[in-house]
Amino acid sequence: MMADSFSINEKMSGRRKFLVAATSVAGGVAGAAIATPFLLSMMPSERAKAAGAPVEVDISKLEPGMLLMVEWRGRVVWVLNRTPEMLKTLEKVEDELADPNSEKNQQPEYAKNRTRSIKPEILVTEGVCTHLGCSPVFRKDIAPADLGPDWLGGFFCPCHGSKFDLAGRVYKHVPAPTNMVVPPHVYLSESRLLIGSESEGSV
Amino acid sequence: MKKITIVAILILCIAPFSVYAAESGMPLERAPVDIADNASLQRGAESFVNFCLTCHGASYMRYNRHRDIGYTNEEILEKMVHTGQKVGDLMLSAMRKKEGEEWFGVAPPDLSVIARSRGADWLYTYLKAFYRDDATGTGWNNLVFDRAAMPHVLYQLQGEQKLEVNGDQKSLILEKPGKMTPAEFDKFVGDLVNYMVYLGEPHANARKELGVKVILFLLGMLALSYFLKKEYWRDIH
Amino acid sequence: MSNIFNSMIEWIDKRFPLTSNWKAHLSEYYAPKNFNFWYFFGSLALLVLVNQLITGIFLTMNYKPDASQAFASVEYIMRDVDYGWLIRYMHSTGASMFFVVVYLHMFRGMLYGSYRKPRELLWLVGMCIFFVLMSLAFTGYILPWGQMSYWGAQVIVSMFGAIPAIGETLQQWLLGDFTLSDAALNRFFAYHVVTLPLVLLVLVFVHILALHETGSNNPDGIEIKENKNPSTGIPVDGIPFHPYYTVKDIVGVVVFLIVFCGIIFFAPEMGGYFLEYNNFIPANTLQTPDHIAPVWYFTPYYSMLRAVTVNFLGIDAKLWGVILMAGSVVIFCFLPWLDRSPVKSVRYKGPYFKIALTLFVISFFVLGWLGTKSPTPLYTLLAQIFTVIYFAFFVLMPWYSKIDKTKPEPKRLQE
Repeated sequence: MMADSFSINEKMSGRRKFLVAATSVAGGVAGAAIATPFLLSMMPSERAKAAGAPVEVDISKLEPGMLLMVEWRGRVVWVLNRTPEMLKTLEKVEDELADPNSEKNQQPEYAKNRTRSIKPEILVTEGVCTHLGCSPVFRKDIAPADLGPDWLGGFFCPCHGSKFDLAGRVYKHVPAPTNMVVPPHVYLSESRLLIGSESEGSV
Repeated sequence: MKKITIVAILILCIAPFSVYAAESGMPLERAPVDIADNASLQRGAESFVNFCLTCHGASYMRYNRHRDIGYTNEEILEKMVHTGQKVGDLMLSAMRKKEGEEWFGVAPPDLSVIARSRGADWLYTYLKAFYRDDATGTGWNNLVFDRAAMPHVLYQLQGEQKLEVNGDQKSLILEKPGKMTPAEFDKFVGDLVNYMVYLGEPHANARKELGVKVILFLLGMLALSYFLKKEYWRDIH
Repeated sequence: MSNIFNSMIEWIDKRFPLTSNWKAHLSEYYAPKNFNFWYFFGSLALLVLVNQLITGIFLTMNYKPDASQAFASVEYIMRDVDYGWLIRYMHSTGASMFFVVVYLHMFRGMLYGSYRKPRELLWLVGMCIFFVLMSLAFTGYILPWGQMSYWGAQVIVSMFGAIPAIGETLQQWLLGDFTLSDAALNRFFAYHVVTLPLVLLVLVFVHILALHETGSNNPDGIEIKENKNPSTGIPVDGIPFHPYYTVKDIVGVVVFLIVFCGIIFFAPEMGGYFLEYNNFIPANTLQTPDHIAPVWYFTPYYSMLRAVTVNFLGIDAKLWGVILMAGSVVIFCFLPWLDRSPVKSVRYKGPYFKIALTLFVISFFVLGWLGTKSPTPLYTLLAQIFTVIYFAFFVLMPWYSKIDKTKPEPKRLQE
């Protein structure tokens, strides 16, 4: 009888099991190691990071009551210089607000206060309604016909009627669920505001 | 069959690898490249920005990449960014392509990957081979690149050379000394060319470091997989 | 645990031929036990294919197939995309390694007569794969839009223009323009990324299916299916592909990866042969580089293209060059019928075949080397001589393979 070329061990020897296990583990490590650079390559590139770099704004000419619009990472950011009267309204509307103390995480720690800002009068907020992303309208007029007698000034979103106060805090009973987002920002000097970063070294 | 493999390998070993040669067939000097020398690269970077960037761009390279060679963002802004750009911006030249063509006849080429196309030795020899030649538009000519449209930007540092022809032999004599001695100028150009090699492939050092780790891992895998194979093939033999 | 696994497999098997295919193509596919070094290159070719597909997909995430943006987008990948440089080098090295592996894979076929009956169709499908591979290399090389990309493509496309009568219209149809431009770049991108990979995948599938139908050849060139164990029906010299050759191929893969990674991490340009120096210059439609040479894997054919310098039989030298160049690849398809030897493997063939094969290999390398050089009169003469030797290997084969003094083939495989 011609002998067959192989005889398979019915039961895998311990040595064989160990080698299979060891090689499989090494292969798994190799697989993860190979996958890593491919997955990392899909993160924002240097070009995207440069385009999304912090934006420096000169606020020396921003008069009280004026709103300045800036673009950062493709989004609208508002810089509003609030008058003392505007600041007084913040306390008055608090009963009508859904999150008056900014409990939800829509702002950095240093903006977790009534004015939601570093300097009390300067509000820095993304001009994006937290409902579905439209850009609300700045309504500083008091008690207009369409917004009712209790309106003391703020932002009104025309898409579905969401309302925010002059610190970007959302009213109760509107479609938007949360306060407007305050982006990371820092003052480089009295007149220079850097939006998009908390460190002065990232200019 | 074994003979064929041996012959094949021999032929592959003999096959000449392309050697950089100047168009004029002039022998090239070896450039002192060492892309691990951050001090040299930093000097070269500053020279590049001061002397080359005005006309040539390095438009694929970002300023903030130079953190690789030991700079912080602040140092980059201070030593390299002279045009009010941001640290994340690309190193574009001030000159527009059309202006370049008008002034020099040909737009100065972008230098981002010039070290990969010309080679370090060519660049090193070229930058030291300018000589006075009244027959050209710029008043300069170059022994490595005849009738180059580029003037001798570094003439204040090197001084002025003139061409001496002795039959077949061409050589360059320093007629008017510049601010640097020949040895200092060699070092200057060496740093500049070293930087351009880095500029051509900024991640070259990272590539080699990762390569060592990968090869070591693979050697380990080789041992493991070889023993695995031997273990199974005991069934056969 | 294994019970859950087994019942999962059972569930799938009632709906999909999983276990039956696992057995037919792996655990009960019986391959000859004497596979040597030359038998690694099939599985390696599959590995390189997977590499090209995956790295290629990630490159297309950032590459821009537009004449004004292509070159810049490649440098963008190299510098601004995290690990973009690694993906690019894996793809460029993989392209060259694909040819190294495939040439060695084909050479194995020539050594052991793997193209002989009943594997002629397997060989022809393989040749189709080779044509598609060359097209992939050609369309891929144009994408960086460097000087070599542009002028290399210009030269090849103008060969189509050389075809009498239809040439000029054909060239315009291929290019989508009167000259090589953005139109051609964009459509070559479509071919390189979509059309050709799909065709290649289908052909590779057919190639492996055809192989499994006849069973693999082996270094002794004898058919193991002619010697089966009467009770089991298994070839006595056969061993299951899995686990024996899966485990052996892993070693082959690791050795290959050491070479592959050695190149990627320490010499990605390979002296200008894998990434050509002139291709780091953006394409300039008004200025041809001094020295146009195709990438190394096309240089033997390029030599033959330039070798013909006289017009004869009413066809001009340029067209003869094109015919010879195309013919030098097409002629491989005829090997199954040119080889009249009673034995398959070089181990049992006589001195004529061994000399002829050696001369063929030498001519392939010399022609390749000549293809990198400028055509001086001496080099042109050498190219002509070695072109004749190259073709003689095939054209004279029906004669010398018949009269060769062969040795008797063994009945059982020799280890």
